Amino acid sequence: MSEILRVENLKKSYDGFVAVNGVSFSVAKGELKALIGPNGAGKSTCFNMLMGQLKPTEGEVFFEGERITGHKPRDIWRRGVGRTFQITGTYQSMTVIENVQMALMSHHCRIFSFGARAWKLYREEAFEFLETVAMQDQADRPCSILAYGDLKRLELAIALCHRPRLLLMDEPTAGMAPSARVALMQLVADIVRDQGVSVLFTEHDMDVVFAHSHHIMVLNRGELIADGDATAVRNNPQVQEVYLGGGTLFMEETHA
Amino acid sequence: MAFLFAQFLTGLANAAALFLVASGLSLIFGVTRIVNFAHGSFYMLGAFIGIYLMEILPGAVGFWGAIVLTGLAVGLIGAVVEMVVLRPIYRAPELFQLVATFGVILVIQDLALMIWGAEDRLGPRAPGLRGVWRIFGEPVPKYDIILIAITPFILFALWYLITKTRLGVLVRAATQDREMVGALGVNQAWLFTGVFALGSALAGWGGALQLPKGGADLLMDFNIIGAVFVVVVIGGMGSLPGAFIASVLISVLNVFGVTYLPQSTLVLMFVVMAVVLIIRPYGLLGREEVAGEHGQVGAPETPIRPYGPVGQALVAALMLVLALLPLFADQFMLILTIDMVIFALFAASLHFILGSGGLVSFGHAAFFGGGAYAAALLVFHTDTPMELAFLFAPLAAGLLALGIGWFCIRLTGVYFAMLTLAFSQLVWSLAFQWRAVTRGDDGLVNIWPAEWLSGTETYYYFALILGVGGILFLRHVIHSPFGYALRAGRDSPRQAEATGIDVKRVQFVAFALAGAMAGLAGGIFVFAKGSVFPTELEIAKSFDALIVVFLGGVKTLAGGVVGASFMTVVEDWLTRLEYWRLLLGLVIIAVVILMPEGIVGTLRTLWRRIRNTDEERV
Repeated sequence: MSEILRVENLKKSYDGFVAVNGVSFSVAKGELKALIGPNGAGKSTCFNMLMGQLKPTEGEVFFEGERITGHKPRDIWRRGVGRTFQITGTYQSMTVIENVQMALMSHHCRIFSFGARAWKLYREEAFEFLETVAMQDQADRPCSILAYGDLKRLELAIALCHRPRLLLMDEPTAGMAPSARVALMQLVADIVRDQGVSVLFTEHDMDVVFAHSHHIMVLNRGELIADGDATAVRNNPQVQEVYLGGGTLFMEETHA
Repeated sequence: MAFLFAQFLTGLANAAALFLVASGLSLIFGVTRIVNFAHGSFYMLGAFIGIYLMEILPGAVGFWGAIVLTGLAVGLIGAVVEMVVLRPIYRAPELFQLVATFGVILVIQDLALMIWGAEDRLGPRAPGLRGVWRIFGEPVPKYDIILIAITPFILFALWYLITKTRLGVLVRAATQDREMVGALGVNQAWLFTGVFALGSALAGWGGALQLPKGGADLLMDFNIIGAVFVVVVIGGMGSLPGAFIASVLISVLNVFGVTYLPQSTLVLMFVVMAVVLIIRPYGLLGREEVAGEHGQVGAPETPIRPYGPVGQALVAALMLVLALLPLFADQFMLILTIDMVIFALFAASLHFILGSGGLVSFGHAAFFGGGAYAAALLVFHTDTPMELAFLFAPLAAGLLALGIGWFCIRLTGVYFAMLTLAFSQLVWSLAFQWRAVTRGDDGLVNIWPAEWLSGTETYYYFALILGVGGILFLRHVIHSPFGYALRAGRDSPRQAEATGIDVKRVQFVAFALAGAMAGLAGGIFVFAKGSVFPTELEIAKSFDALIVVFLGGVKTLAGGVVGASFMTVVEDWLTRLEYWRLLLGLVIIAVVILMPEGIVGTLRTLWRRIRNTDEERV
């Protein structure tokens, strides 16, 4: 499998505090890869550096072999990287489908178009994306009255609009009910399988992580302590130390 | 050297009152998020009440006692204003409250006129501090030295109050997160009232303290408010030491400006502010305002749609009435309608960037007056044909907006508002003081339309077509992909940037477009009146537009137009009366309290409620 994203020695420090310290990894094409770690491990900081919201202090990020370190989020998006956020940032004054249409208008480079009626543009295409995440019934509801789980799904639909080859999802299921979490991640797994999109996501729910991801990376205090498949990560003593203080829950699970 | 030092001391002494007023404004803004335009009025009240008390209280004890009592009195007035006017509207959209405070300005102005009369009053000298002390041979008034000596104590007292006391902890907590403070069991209502009273009291003390150096007059409210905003912004919103440094900076610069660059006095402080904001976008000691940090206030905006058949029919009917108006209306009615159309277009252009873009401009008059002046200057100096000069109005205003926008767009929130204010003051002072070209406050006269447009009726149609055309064009843009991108950047800049939208560039283009449309309104204006004066560039003109946009309803598309029409008619009625400011102020306050979503927004909510109850019955 060839790699789509490569990160080399990524580092971010704030006035002496090192949030991310020399992280290197890669994501292969068609891979669903999880980045886990305790709160404050540096997961979101990592994501923000990948997508350009933060400038790394050191290190490089390559997307499809091209250097994207420190580029603006919108440039990285145009190259084919999608992103969802830990706290959703949808457009509250628009309807659900208009949120998707907005991303489509941007994708089709119609931002500086003054003539057309925006609410008619790319409506059918937007509807299809809403169907992908099973939100078509709520297409014309105002975005401001959506339930949180629905917002998360809408955000996923928006992120898929420009047919990204890599999707970065920061805690895609945070704040959702357990059954909805599983359903959403199943949806993501299906998209990975059907469309060949690579996904890198962070997550706190270990059920979700171990059920769906091909590979798992563990971040602790800004440093990558494990990178491998589920079994390898489970059996990694350092990971067990970090997560359970030397407990044996993972072990029991594997025996079970 | 000695002279310079004496000058410097005068500046320091002037800083005392400025710092007091500015720290009050900063405090109120920090906790309640209210941009209190009426703060200058409390300062003026402080001056008048101070004089009154000093006359009845004798001696040195009476003098200082009067100052202390004045602050308490003004604080009490502030508390009443907060409870009666502001408390009902905290849930309204952000910045809506500034409309109410504008109403308070008008009310206080006329009340002061009623009570104390129109004459300027000289402040009494401080007992025992009448003479001068010689410092390096230069005379420095004793009272100045006293002021310089007590200002650090005031700073220290405020600093102590904010950082060391329980009240201060609450105030700082509320500045960061109002909701959380409320959740922790603090009675927000009383905290707000208390802070507002304290802020007002500080303004009152400022007004009373400056009495021996100045006096009291009815213009001092507007005269100081500009300087106070500048100080607060240069220092950094919410920073007391920042406000202190900025007060000293501005006061000292002013003293030297008067001596060495008298023609620059009007604009000097705004130039300083512009430079500071361009180098340090959040003021000297301020910190970045994170968007959405203070939470969304009020109901979210509803999705927009172009009018359906009913709405279109209503607009068409209105157009028909306007088109047929010359058949049955008199000359006066036509002129009033032209004024209305001009103001509506001006307001619609501000509403475009404010409503859809979330960019609150405090200096939109720069483009209205700029357009008017551009056309007038061409006609006046080069005898350009009217048609050509008229086209130049939106063009020049658009270019001006490109220039100003280039500096302003990088800022957000209140800092953006203040920088636009600074630039509009620059443009105003140019028109006011560059007499060789603009003829200063004599204005440019004899700017009449071309022969074929000269009749009132013909010009009415000209104004109607271009004015309404401009408004419809802006509405069309709001519904276009560009308009959507503008709203996207306002709703969630992070999401917009993460989906390929260059938010700042979209805002920049929108700002220029709004400027050009305001310039168009200015063009129609100048040929309707035949003249233009610097008043068209004044802060008051910018505020007029701001007020009507909020009155009409920020979160509605028709808000600007409806607000402007409403205001034109109301003003036309009221200005015939003696105390029209008082009445206008009361009308504004009443509208604000009764219709917290603006005229259009509240009517829409009512309409929905009526329809819903009908449906329930069925």
